[in-house]
Amino acid sequence: MARLESPEELGKFRKKILSKRDPNTPCISICAGTGCIASGAGEVIAAFKAEIEKQGLKADVNTKETGCPGFCERGPVVVIYPEEICYLQVKPQDVPEIVSTTIKEKKIVERLVYADPSTGDKAIHESEIPFYKNQKRNLLGSNIKIDPKDIDDYLAQDGYSALAKVLFKMSSKDVLDEVKKSNLRGRGGGGFPTGRKWEESCNAPDEIKYVIVNADEGDPGAFMDRALLEGNPHSILEGLIIGAYAVGAHEGFIYVRQEYPLAVENVGIAIRQAEEYGLLGKNILGSAFDFNVMVHQGAGAFVCGESSALMTALEGKAGEPRPKYIHTAVKGVWDRPSVLNNVETWANVPLIINKGADWFTQFGNERSKGTKIFSLVGKINNTGLVEVPMGIILRDIIFKIGGGIPGGKKFKAVQTGGPSGGCIPEEMLNLEVGYDELTKAGSMMGSGGMIVMDEDNCMVDVARYFLDFLTDESCGKCLPCREGIRQMLKVLTNITKGKGKEGDIELLEELSEVAGEASLCALGKSAPNPVLSTIRYFRDEYEAHIKEKRCPALSCKDLIAYYIDPAKCEACMICLKKCPAEAIDGGKGKIHIIDQEKCTKCGTCIEVCPPRFRSVRKMSGEPVPPPIPEEARKIVRESKQR
Amino acid sequence: MKKDRYARMDNNRIDEIIEKHHSEASSLIQILLNIQSENHWLPKEALERVSEKLNVPMTRVQHIATFYKAFSLVPKGRHEIHVCMGTACHVRGAPRILDNVQDLTGIKPGETDLDLKFSLETVNCLGCCALGPVMTVDGKTHGKMAPAETANVLKNYE
Repeated sequence: MARLESPEELGKFRKKILSKRDPNTPCISICAGTGCIASGAGEVIAAFKAEIEKQGLKADVNTKETGCPGFCERGPVVVIYPEEICYLQVKPQDVPEIVSTTIKEKKIVERLVYADPSTGDKAIHESEIPFYKNQKRNLLGSNIKIDPKDIDDYLAQDGYSALAKVLFKMSSKDVLDEVKKSNLRGRGGGGFPTGRKWEESCNAPDEIKYVIVNADEGDPGAFMDRALLEGNPHSILEGLIIGAYAVGAHEGFIYVRQEYPLAVENVGIAIRQAEEYGLLGKNILGSAFDFNVMVHQGAGAFVCGESSALMTALEGKAGEPRPKYIHTAVKGVWDRPSVLNNVETWANVPLIINKGADWFTQFGNERSKGTKIFSLVGKINNTGLVEVPMGIILRDIIFKIGGGIPGGKKFKAVQTGGPSGGCIPEEMLNLEVGYDELTKAGSMMGSGGMIVMDEDNCMVDVARYFLDFLTDESCGKCLPCREGIRQMLKVLTNITKGKGKEGDIELLEELSEVAGEASLCALGKSAPNPVLSTIRYFRDEYEAHIKEKRCPALSCKDLIAYYIDPAKCEACMICLKKCPAEAIDGGKGKIHIIDQEKCTKCGTCIEVCPPRFRSVRKMSGEPVPPPIPEEARKIVRESKQR
Repeated sequence: MKKDRYARMDNNRIDEIIEKHHSEASSLIQILLNIQSENHWLPKEALERVSEKLNVPMTRVQHIATFYKAFSLVPKGRHEIHVCMGTACHVRGAPRILDNVQDLTGIKPGETDLDLKFSLETVNCLGCCALGPVMTVDGKTHGKMAPAETANVLKNYE
């Protein structure tokens, strides 16, 4: 492939790609994102290839391994074009039927399409499924249409047209103005206005500048950046090159977690292909603008998601943050001006350039514009990635898109913003999702994790979980974070173990204040959020743990016991056999009893006890009834008596 | 097998990796990651070689190798178990899975058993939250785990 030397050549080449593609040729798109691969998409892909070969359709049907469309709950996801028929939870054994029925006879395989769990209504097309219908998928929408390993797919979707526009029709000031006008704010958590950050870097006197993609997505339960990098790497590259042009940088870095091997691979391929096409490297599209980009793999440190720590890591040192009296936009990597933005922020840039700031600002509320991708996980029916306009209320995300809480359980709280965020209770479900609204509620936007919790989740335990995570991940440079979080964790652990005492809540609040005020970087400053927000909305749970030694959610291991109700036990031996600790005594026709000394509280017995008996029960804050006498344990069945 | 796991990495191979990164001190982390991925752990001799070749003090190499979680300074077992402790898995009961795996293998996160059969690690999110709680063994994902099922999964590994 010869390099493209001008925007006209790019246009011609795009036409050539499109002319070779007949929109009526059937194309089977199979999600090959990490979530679907984990549910067996690899085998489905292989089965499709074999079946198409077997039925002699190789010349007439295309298959495509695409990025994640977001509906992980029902993976592996398969979409068949041009009809856009969406099949869910496809297994290799379904493949022959799909090929002969849908591809050959153009009929639907009914059992694989979406059926509403409550009404049973079917939805054949992606756009009709409630999970998708209520979203606004500006960024994620292309994922299912693009093979991330093939730049031609991105070009066919109008890719790199924003870059051509910027290089030949806009000055760097025009680009800055457009991005500023769009009010795009950083999608990584802080929400700093992107245009202002760029401008600051642009005005810095240094000759050498850098642009950086922050793909160190460390929040547990958040994976939207990975979906974009894996599924549409060129959109991020294009955004990055545009940013480089705007601030005058000629070198860039993509900092990816080493835990995301597929993202590293796809980004590497994307860079090589863009270089080959002359969209990266020297003299891009004949514009005399040079730009190179390097991939840097992180080595597993949550704190490296912080801008100054990430830049220290790029220099090959231990990723510790530094005070930011001078912004990294002015003094960053090797003390040069460095613009660092999150993956999702960069991916928005080509859209803003192509469609204009006015188009972008039509989505969102007053202070937060555009769309935001959330990863909706935890106790929710439709786990997956959802992209919604800012300003949507939490209730709509959780119930309209997410389909509510599984198992008929009651919603308790939603945790946003990762370890730095907080828990939002049911009373506040009508809260608009935006940077400032979430901060006011004691949480934050963060990178966009949204963990839904039901009545079985203990809020003290959730706070303890996040502090445990942060104790591990604190780099240890500054004392308020290193020691403050550790002491808070100690207090919380004691509370969950039933060793809490009067005054613990006040102590937690005091420690929170110091860590929040005096820590060096955002990790420590925001660490108290999970604690303070749970105290604010769920103080009664803390008090039950401390005063009554009771866990209201029946979750804290040291405060609960499992008990078999002798009146209900039918001595079926199922729990007895399954108990991994061999803590259940009993036999055929002999009522089972849990030996509380041996019990490890794994909960297997309650899970396996047949629903028609429901004899195992969890209890907290009350003594376990003593075992019934030996002679009363024999079950005499009526049928046998007769 | 046992011998292989403890074997030192060939110095020539280390030099090749260093040269691939143009012997630049700023590539220290990338070089160590490469060695780790080929050798599964970082023997002291390898660290010394890197320190000497890059002209970086051994203390700094040690600092990097202990600061970042991806590096291991002890050999790993034949099978690597990762239990996801991400938030989504946590609220769906990951701690109970971890308890059970610890009981079955007799090791805690970060440890390897004496037969070099299993290494156990916790990870902060594998990104397949729809399948939670999740554990992986040698990269193969086992989703929707229940405590009683861990034994069934682990018995397949020798």
